[in-house]
Amino acid sequence: MTRPVLEVRDLAVEFDTENGRVRAVNNVSFSVNAGEVVGLVGESGCGKTVTGLSLLGLVPSPPGEVVNGEILLDGHDLLKLNEVGMRKIRGGEVSMIFQEPMTALNPVLTVGYQMTEVLRLHKSLSKRQARNAAIEMLGIVGIPVPSKRIDEYPHEMSGGMRQRVMIAMALSCGPKLLIADEPTTALDVTTQAQVLDEIVRLQHQFEMAVILITHDLGVVAQTCQRALVMYCGELVEAAPIDSLFASPRHPYTQGLIRSIPRIREHKIDRLPVIEGMVPDIAALPEGCHFADRCNRVQADCHERSPVLTPSAEAGAVACWHPLEPQHD
Amino acid sequence: MTKPLLEVRNLVKHFPVRGGGFSFVRQQLKAVDDVSFTLLPGQTLGLVGESGCGKSTLGRALLRLQEPNSGQVFFEGRDILQMNRAELKAQRRDIQMIFQDPFASLSPRRTVAQTVREPLDVHDIGTSLERRKRVEELIELVGLRAAILNRYPHEFSGGQRQRIGIARALALNPKLIVADEPVSALDVSVQSQVLNLIKDLQLQLGVSFVFISHDLAVIQHISDVVAVMYLGRIVEQAEVSSLYASPKHPYTQALLSAVPAAHPAAGAKRIILSGDVPSPISPPSGCTFHPRCPAAQAKCQTTEPRQTTLHNGDYQRQFTCHYPLGS
Repeated sequence: MTRPVLEVRDLAVEFDTENGRVRAVNNVSFSVNAGEVVGLVGESGCGKTVTGLSLLGLVPSPPGEVVNGEILLDGHDLLKLNEVGMRKIRGGEVSMIFQEPMTALNPVLTVGYQMTEVLRLHKSLSKRQARNAAIEMLGIVGIPVPSKRIDEYPHEMSGGMRQRVMIAMALSCGPKLLIADEPTTALDVTTQAQVLDEIVRLQHQFEMAVILITHDLGVVAQTCQRALVMYCGELVEAAPIDSLFASPRHPYTQGLIRSIPRIREHKIDRLPVIEGMVPDIAALPEGCHFADRCNRVQADCHERSPVLTPSAEAGAVACWHPLEPQHD
Repeated sequence: MTKPLLEVRNLVKHFPVRGGGFSFVRQQLKAVDDVSFTLLPGQTLGLVGESGCGKSTLGRALLRLQEPNSGQVFFEGRDILQMNRAELKAQRRDIQMIFQDPFASLSPRRTVAQTVREPLDVHDIGTSLERRKRVEELIELVGLRAAILNRYPHEFSGGQRQRIGIARALALNPKLIVADEPVSALDVSVQSQVLNLIKDLQLQLGVSFVFISHDLAVIQHISDVVAVMYLGRIVEQAEVSSLYASPKHPYTQALLSAVPAAHPAAGAKRIILSGDVPSPISPPSGCTFHPRCPAAQAKCQTTEPRQTTLHNGDYQRQFTCHYPLGS
């Protein structure tokens, strides 16, 4: 059996808001194996980004606070580390790339300066060594003429190029785990396809684990081996990609998959929808949070909260009345 | 043959830009470069392309929110670009717009009722009581309850705000709505609700749409006719099913294949374009797509391709390529 690089247990994150304390992430447990690409999927506000940030101790505090849980990286609990210890992990063993490469990069520093800073901090390289390593890394992520482009500022590059720089930076210290938060959402489809291919290729090359946070199930289908579906701060389904798409167990997952606008052979008149809208996390309904929008709802759904329990084919689902697994 | 509602001929919108460095030489950014298309009443034209291809500028130029440099925009046979201010204002009753960002396009200081009523006020339509009734009617038409009319935009989710924006656009019973990325800021589950609403309204009210989006799946669902833009030009234009089934332009084909399949098993052969969209200030010579085109040949670098038009009933199929696919 493969050993997990990362194990998250019972993670809970709360935020102080004008309307009181809300729990943005609740009871989240999952693990990521070495060399695995796991998708963390959900709609805006479901807690996927907060989950990603909490793995690196980046939840803004105040107002946010990790109130419960363990985050084990190779068995060591990251939540027990102080800021100095955490800094060694960030950008070293675990690194993260963000949605908007323009805001994640410093506009007044050259790409080279920002890249060598990381390398010198984590690997104690000399200036020259760090620069050479940075140029090599830019080449690896597919930036043409890296020895020239390294001296450019972020605004001189296109969106796709900047995202490549972010990836180069994130990978430069050989992390065990890469957290990619909507890495292609700000990009055009053609560039998105390039960047996703690049991430998959590099993931093989560096044998690292990747958590891909996205709202786009199409991206997950194309890149991940396993997916975790979040709704209202909780995991509602976890399953290998093939069984998740072929036979989703949670009605929310099924609704999400059905409502992706996709290119079809025959046009249909109406797109399938999930009725209603995501409830406010400050005033979540009793029982299953999805009950009010669910097409399989029964009386008990409003009374007891379902917990994520293992189901067929190494999956797990948090639903009292899940869809039957389909075999074909 | 049906008379077109909208006929755009050779529309051009250039923006002057200062040259790089200390040069004061003015250059032209060709945002919309010689664009022509027609739209029949009750139909939807999908305008698709990557960011910076000029699709939003084209949408805005149709309403003269940005003055085009040259060309003609015939709406029911009259050229909008020749109209004076008063005529234009009157004409705008028939042409409305829906914007991408439902957070930026609604005034935070106006209630829903004030927002939806505004076009009626501007064009001075009906008495105060009639306007209120019309607003209630509109808000129910877009699937919201009249009880929300006195609330402010910040109290609503993205999907609800977009519905409010749609209600405002419908207030004057327009014949044409230009919708610029109306669902891109919404989550998938809400996106399909809003798309269904737009389709229902179209059936119910017979309004035509110019629907601008970067999302090919959305465009396929909503459109009757699709125009693909690249660097300010329409490179291919066709009735939706033939465009998706057999694209003629290699750019269309690459765009279609870049869309992530909605299913892992559907991992079809993908064409990944190398490089980025070139700068529209100094577009490549010949066919502007040639540096990224997988099928480019020597001729493409030097000679600008001319538009080919095939007729197919009410629809025309047009593409601008030296070596179209499947021929």
